[in-house]
Amino acid sequence: MALSGFFLLFFLLMHLSINLLSVFSEDAFNTVSHFMGYNPLIQFLMQPILIAGIIFHLVMGMVLEMKNRKARGVSYAKNNAAANSTWMSRNMIITGIMILLFLVAHMIDFWAHEIDYKYIAANAEDPTRYWEELHHKMGDPLHVGIYVVAFVFLSLHLMHGFQSAFQSVGFNHNKYTPAIKKLGTLYAILVPLGFIFVALFHFLTQSH
Amino acid sequence: MSDKGMNLTLKIWRQKDSKSKGKMETYKLSDISEHMSFLEMLDVLNEQLINEGQEPVAFDHDCREGICGMCSLYINGEAHGPDRGITTCQLHMRMFNDGDTIVIEPWRAAAFPVTKDLIVDRSAMDRIQQAGGFISVNTSGNTQDANAIPINKSDADKSFDAAACIGCGACVATCKNASAMLFVSAKISQFALLPQGQVEAKERVDNMVKQMDLEGFGNCTNTGACEAECPKGISLENIARMNREFIKSAVLKDK
Repeated sequence: MALSGFFLLFFLLMHLSINLLSVFSEDAFNTVSHFMGYNPLIQFLMQPILIAGIIFHLVMGMVLEMKNRKARGVSYAKNNAAANSTWMSRNMIITGIMILLFLVAHMIDFWAHEIDYKYIAANAEDPTRYWEELHHKMGDPLHVGIYVVAFVFLSLHLMHGFQSAFQSVGFNHNKYTPAIKKLGTLYAILVPLGFIFVALFHFLTQSH
Repeated sequence: MSDKGMNLTLKIWRQKDSKSKGKMETYKLSDISEHMSFLEMLDVLNEQLINEGQEPVAFDHDCREGICGMCSLYINGEAHGPDRGITTCQLHMRMFNDGDTIVIEPWRAAAFPVTKDLIVDRSAMDRIQQAGGFISVNTSGNTQDANAIPINKSDADKSFDAAACIGCGACVATCKNASAMLFVSAKISQFALLPQGQVEAKERVDNMVKQMDLEGFGNCTNTGACEAECPKGISLENIARMNREFIKSAVLKDK
């Protein structure tokens, strides 16, 4: 969980940086999006690695959850779990499934469209279309609403996941762990907030 | 401090033996002193049950001074009850109020089957310990004094803190995954931090983790519940150390 988690933490940062470009410059966003969409190294090496990373993370997460449920056996009649652990740490499977559901919607939303554009409809390359497509998609309030809610779940997932990944690989140190926990909270707030900011930016700057 | 006795409603898990299906039973107790320990309160209940010709509630206990690791009990949804850094025998009735309902259950884990009422079989922990929780010392008669080897004070302190684990099983009981990793990591850490533990370090972590999985304990998801409920304050740092030892062993071992 931790290793694929680290990988996904890194991926999120990269995804967010590209999204943020769309706020500052239409051209820059188009250039980078076109590169990500047509560079063979990205398309046929990095993208499969990313998909494998995500699938590994979610399959292992579910296997872990099932094994751990089995290990409890009979459940308690009264359990005051809030007294000793955070909601986020106990409900990674719930926030994780919510993120998975969002990912499915997100893939249909963007990725399926790309596959259709490039391979099924076999349109010619158009390096200037991305910003407009994104801007148009984020004009729909339901669309933006789903994205915002999904990022709240992502934030809850990261609140526990970031620092937990360090502990799992054996990194726990008197001096550094408190800083890692603070950094994790910061990451869990700022990264989803960044995504929400981009979605709202496009929603609020619609001209039509 | 008033000595007015408390009236309590107890909901206790009753189960005849490991094969029977148990259920929660309700009992009323009156005039319980706030100075009593939780186990003394149960003693009062059992005396009452015996006088009424009923079967007393079976629960584990031994030293009653918080060092043996025998007592257990999941009280009002927490291992060893609502207080911190103590075992059930050190939990006092002053933590409760007159008129309270107290729910008392055995440790719940697939690896800890209930033998009777509130008693569970914790021998899975013994088997983990036997799988590697020891060092081999030559007892030929000229055994070297352990103090002859200089040991860094901070390592010695951390090792001692890990060795404070009394193996009560509160970590397993409280973990949402019924994971025994706090226990196992404490038993690994107490040796991993000392020179005497290095000889068998590779095999120790491997064998103990293997036995832990075999017994059916869950996996750690770093909720930190074990550390919060541990009567001996065993730190999560030990689990990280166990994970490091495990990775080291996986890389270095021969087979």
